[in-house]
Amino acid sequence: MNTSTTLAAAPLVRLSQVYKTFHAGTVNEVRPMRGINLDIAEGAFVIVLGGNGSGKSTLLNAIAGSFAIDAGRIELDGQDVSTWPEHRRAALIGRVFQNPFSGTAPNMSILDNFSLAAKRGKFRGLSWAHSRQLRDELSDRVRELKMGMEDRLDSAIGSLSGGQRQALTLLMATWLKPRLLLLDEHTAALDPKSADQVIALTDRVIQREGLTTLMVTHSMQQAVNLGDRIIMMHRGNVLHDFRDAQKQRLRVDDLLAHFENVRRRELLDESAADMLRSRYL
Amino acid sequence: MTLLIGALTLGIILALLALGVYVSYRIFDIADITVDGSLTFGAAVASVLLVRHGIHPLWACCAGFAAGATAGLVSGILQTRFRINSLLAGILVMTALYSVNLHVMGRSNIPFLGTVTVATYCEQLGVAWFGAAETDLWGWTVSSADLTMLLLMFALVSCVALALWAFLRTDIGTAMRASGDNPQMIRALGGNVENYRIFGLAVANGLVGLAGALWAQYQNFADVQMGIGMVVWGLASVIIGEALTGASSVGVAIVGTIVGSILFRQLVAIALSFGLNPNDLKLVTAVFVFAALILPDMMGKLSARKQPGAA
Repeated sequence: MNTSTTLAAAPLVRLSQVYKTFHAGTVNEVRPMRGINLDIAEGAFVIVLGGNGSGKSTLLNAIAGSFAIDAGRIELDGQDVSTWPEHRRAALIGRVFQNPFSGTAPNMSILDNFSLAAKRGKFRGLSWAHSRQLRDELSDRVRELKMGMEDRLDSAIGSLSGGQRQALTLLMATWLKPRLLLLDEHTAALDPKSADQVIALTDRVIQREGLTTLMVTHSMQQAVNLGDRIIMMHRGNVLHDFRDAQKQRLRVDDLLAHFENVRRRELLDESAADMLRSRYL
Repeated sequence: MTLLIGALTLGIILALLALGVYVSYRIFDIADITVDGSLTFGAAVASVLLVRHGIHPLWACCAGFAAGATAGLVSGILQTRFRINSLLAGILVMTALYSVNLHVMGRSNIPFLGTVTVATYCEQLGVAWFGAAETDLWGWTVSSADLTMLLLMFALVSCVALALWAFLRTDIGTAMRASGDNPQMIRALGGNVENYRIFGLAVANGLVGLAGALWAQYQNFADVQMGIGMVVWGLASVIIGEALTGASSVGVAIVGTIVGSILFRQLVAIALSFGLNPNDLKLVTAVFVFAALILPDMMGKLSARKQPGAA
């Protein structure tokens, strides 16, 4: 019981007053993070929803370290990682991207790719990248996927379909158990059947390994079916936060209603801005 | 026969350059013009050490490698730490090296008259191995020094190729290959793409510098102009190698690159003996690489256009 109380006291991920502006001072200025505060407990499976440009993907990229934040603080596993470069944070984080081409090296074999995943965040030296043990273990894990890839470990990953590549990327991201798994709309570019397969695999892996996960999605159905917490982003901040029982009660219709509210508020903002502009400018 | 051995030897020495270009062009996807400068830099450093300081040829070769590697290191740092476009970084380093090379050499050409070089050792070794200054090879009389040089260079390039192949299959080597193939992916897996690139360019240009040091010793002089256009030469070798072998794996690609370099040198020797004006050599090489770069694309378009008609 003691451990659970300490864990509750110290979340795995903590964002405090995080700000980010891209193209500051130009017509293209966007502010995807406007003082975000967010705590994620160990073992939580969090779904991130939001319209286009609400800052969902930026949130994930900020945690992964794809860019430096302007202000605030990002803590991961009790350490302040705000100034860590992306490759250093990779020791704690597994990632799957939206684009199936992003997560794998297309001209290298499946085995090559997994030999890289097996060294995520570790020192890479002069020992052989391939080993009998890795090949056997990989062969077993790939057979479990039932996608017919177990005999193709030496062929280039670029020759596989998007669904196969996303399944492999997920396996690579979790090959060494990450402290945090970041999934950025990882089924959005797939056909419905492959998307269902990858989602089923995602849920299985997360449950089996008990992974702390942050998953961005556009699919209300996925949001309702998966995870134990939903956060809705709007204009670079967290607008709604549904947890536990509240999350379990949510249905697709409820989520759509929330989105409709957001849309109305946006329209209102715009018409108010127009009115003010015509009156005062 | 002497001509053939000469072309073979030069082709094998320049295979080191081709391997360097393979690393920068195929592994890191950079057309690295630093090569034009680092080849001469390697030759310049080696020649000055040999002629003015009488250093052992082996150490002169090592110094050539180190000189080239330094040039690659600078180029890599310009590209990563200062975020300069890779082509521009190569042009900057190559241009700067032209002056550096003139300073190192003190003049534009250093002849190796009476200097102890790798070639001198080959003469002694040749007599020791084959018993005379000339020997019989399948009915032809050839200089045993030339034959020894050829064998020695072949052994050296084989060792370098084997070491490169082994390195590219280690953890760090695999990560470097991935950083050229998909930098986003290897960053997400904890790879420091910038450091890999700096190191990779240092190794690539080190090989080029070694090729320059050996080439100068083979032709018995170093010249400040000898590097001009050599990156295109290396590209031609890599492309010929890929066309011949298909480059399905790292090992095949490395062997292909060496074969490509030897074959390309033979083609050039044949063209020259049939009366090709040596002044046209760079033009022909450039046109050749241009054709090799656009042909696969054009073939693809042609067959894509034919298919609907056929179906």
